Amino acid sequence: MLDILQSSENNYISITVTGDADASSSIKLDKAIRWAFDESLQKIIIDCTHLNYISSAGLGVFMSYIEEINQTNTTFIIYGLSEKVLKVFGILGLDQLLKIVGTKEEALAQINGI
Amino acid sequence: MKGKLTPRFYMRFSFAIALLLWLALTLLDVLQVLASRSQVDLGLSPLVPLLLIDLFFLFVGFHFRFRIKKIESGNFIDFLWQVFAIGLLATLISLAIGLFKESIDGSALANNPFLDAVLYSIRFGLISIFLISTFTVWKKLILYQKSKRLLIWWNIFEGTILLSIFYNFTGQVFQESAVFQVLFGAMALMGLILSANLKWVAYLNFKQKWKSILLILLVAIYLGYFFTSIYVPGADTPDMLAPIDNLFILSLFVFLLFYSIFSLLVIVFNLPTSSVFEKKMEEAINFQRLSQSIQQGENENQIFDILLASSMSAVYADAGWLEIERRGSDEPEIRRKNISPTNRLEVLSQISLSKQKTVLKNPLSKASIHDQTLVVLKKTNFKSALIVPLAIQEEIVGKMYLVNELSDGFNKEMINIINTFASQASISIENFRLLGEALENERYKKELNIAKKVQRALLPTQLDHDDAFQIHAFTQAAAEVGGDYYDTFRLGEHKFAVVIGDVSGKGTSAAFHMSQMKGIFQSLVQLDLSATEFLVKANKALSACLEKTSFITLTYFVIDTKKKSLEFSRAGHCPTLYYSSKNGKAEFLENKGLGLGILRNDNFKHYVFKNEMAFQKDDVLVLYTDGISEAANHDGEEFGYDRMERILNENAKYDAVSIQKMMIQKLYEFCENKDLDDDYTMVVIKFK
Repeated sequence: MLDILQSSENNYISITVTGDADASSSIKLDKAIRWAFDESLQKIIIDCTHLNYISSAGLGVFMSYIEEINQTNTTFIIYGLSEKVLKVFGILGLDQLLKIVGTKEEALAQINGI
Repeated sequence: MKGKLTPRFYMRFSFAIALLLWLALTLLDVLQVLASRSQVDLGLSPLVPLLLIDLFFLFVGFHFRFRIKKIESGNFIDFLWQVFAIGLLATLISLAIGLFKESIDGSALANNPFLDAVLYSIRFGLISIFLISTFTVWKKLILYQKSKRLLIWWNIFEGTILLSIFYNFTGQVFQESAVFQVLFGAMALMGLILSANLKWVAYLNFKQKWKSILLILLVAIYLGYFFTSIYVPGADTPDMLAPIDNLFILSLFVFLLFYSIFSLLVIVFNLPTSSVFEKKMEEAINFQRLSQSIQQGENENQIFDILLASSMSAVYADAGWLEIERRGSDEPEIRRKNISPTNRLEVLSQISLSKQKTVLKNPLSKASIHDQTLVVLKKTNFKSALIVPLAIQEEIVGKMYLVNELSDGFNKEMINIINTFASQASISIENFRLLGEALENERYKKELNIAKKVQRALLPTQLDHDDAFQIHAFTQAAAEVGGDYYDTFRLGEHKFAVVIGDVSGKGTSAAFHMSQMKGIFQSLVQLDLSATEFLVKANKALSACLEKTSFITLTYFVIDTKKKSLEFSRAGHCPTLYYSSKNGKAEFLENKGLGLGILRNDNFKHYVFKNEMAFQKDDVLVLYTDGISEAANHDGEEFGYDRMERILNENAKYDAVSIQKMMIQKLYEFCENKDLDDDYTMVVIKFK
């Protein structure tokens, strides 16, 4: 089960991901991120505080946006990853390509700092 | 002897006996005439001829009892026909005798008492046969669809009738004996009550009813004629009736006549309703056709055609059509009956224009998609229309339009029938589709089994190695096919390449990418590249063919057994578990490295790194896929790195096969009976 909450704030898009991102539920995640990009605010933060598990399909969703992040000059920040999930990102090397921070405050600071 | 005792035998036997009895009776009559003429007393008891008559009745009864069994029980017209034929024969002979007597009137022969006796005996015999055979048939008709109570009543009546055969021994006559009259009254009453059993009439169709009326009418006429010819004396006698001395014959006459008249009346009054009954039968048959059409191997279109035809005939619609929505087509398919395409479009436009629409709730369903619509039409040749939705599992698959040239052409009873038809047809079609899907699934299963075999063949059965190390692999896929990959290659006399990889996702798409990886490995490995170069080139090759959201994790090892060195690069794959015999403990080789296909440009080379290390005797390498490290038990707890590390520490002293077996056994123990939800692969290398 994966629950996704998407909201449009003043100058950024926020997506909250809760539950397990496996092969079937990753489609929901992909739709939400696609929507965030289509809003063209160029600032997206992903709250993964309650992301319990992520499968390779879920990682594939994040991975598929790397190119678009660079091309559209979007600030894309993931925060709140649990130790376990962060390790999964790390093993694959995604932590080197995506901005991953600890808290929402850090994420917002980065967004507003630019 | 046994073979002789068939109903056929009894039938013939009883007939022969009856015939002999009749001959004896006739002979006796003649003899009595002769004796009275020559005034000689035969010395015979007057009871003997009576006994002969009674026995004759009994055997004729026997005969017909067996004879009637030859006719199928539902075949009422055949029954009546038999009665009619015997009656006709008896009447013709009887009339012929009458004519013969008239023709010889005045001659010496006319007053011959012998001839009189013989002719009387013939007529008497024929009439008895007719009465008894009719009785047998009426019995069959009365007892059609009998109840237990009816059977009891009938048995009492039949028993009484049988006993009445022997009443003639008393010598009483109807006109004089009160007992005779009372007994007769009682039997007539029973006959009257039993005559109310006419269930068989309902099963006659219109044509059969007319035939039955004709046949029964003739039978009634015969009965009247015979009664008159026996008991109504000539005009010169003052009495109304000749002395009636036989209770049996009299009761029989009365009962047979009652039943004939009752049947006649009931059939006549049932004539107008027979078309309704036939209609109901037709509906039942159509319903059965709809439910059985699947078994007969008919296709969807045939089911639709049966539905349209039976619905039209059930509601007396003049024309109709079906709109069927097909998958993969925007335009619905139209199946028409009695209406031209242009006429149909015209009616359709009138339906949408009409303001007089009535929505009728479907009593079988609460959902509004099942509602029917009744439309009043103007300006077309059809004046009313009924629109019935066809739904399979709450999804509309089509609509049925029925139109009538009369306004108000549909009534509520008809609409209920249509509901039943529509839902039955929907069920039939759904079954048909499910059957098709089941067959399709069966085919896919076979294909997947083939894919499984092909994929198994992609994984090596022999792993390249030399005396310096043992290598052992284990793999298991969650589905038929999986995305785990391992392979080996001998690069030189002491140089080996070993690879382990995992494609993102599961199942068929993962399996396809895995086979691509195999192709890339087999091509690139020949070039004898360094581990990082291998990954960079593999990434480039995969960038062009991997799906956008797919990636492959891989660790590539080059083992040199002469230099006792190990070079490896990790591309996002799970860190290798390494047991150092020198340190006596296991650890994970966690170094950086990006998965293949994640960064599909030249920057990739900045994200993979070369690692070199020396190995010693009894060192162990455990390569695995994340199916093992991330395997979870019922509580959602993962098998995890710490557990794997501990197991290796405890078992590093054993050989490669034992280490692998122990590791997988512990994994299964940890997961208990939980189903495999990922692919498991493990390759264990132990240096010697």
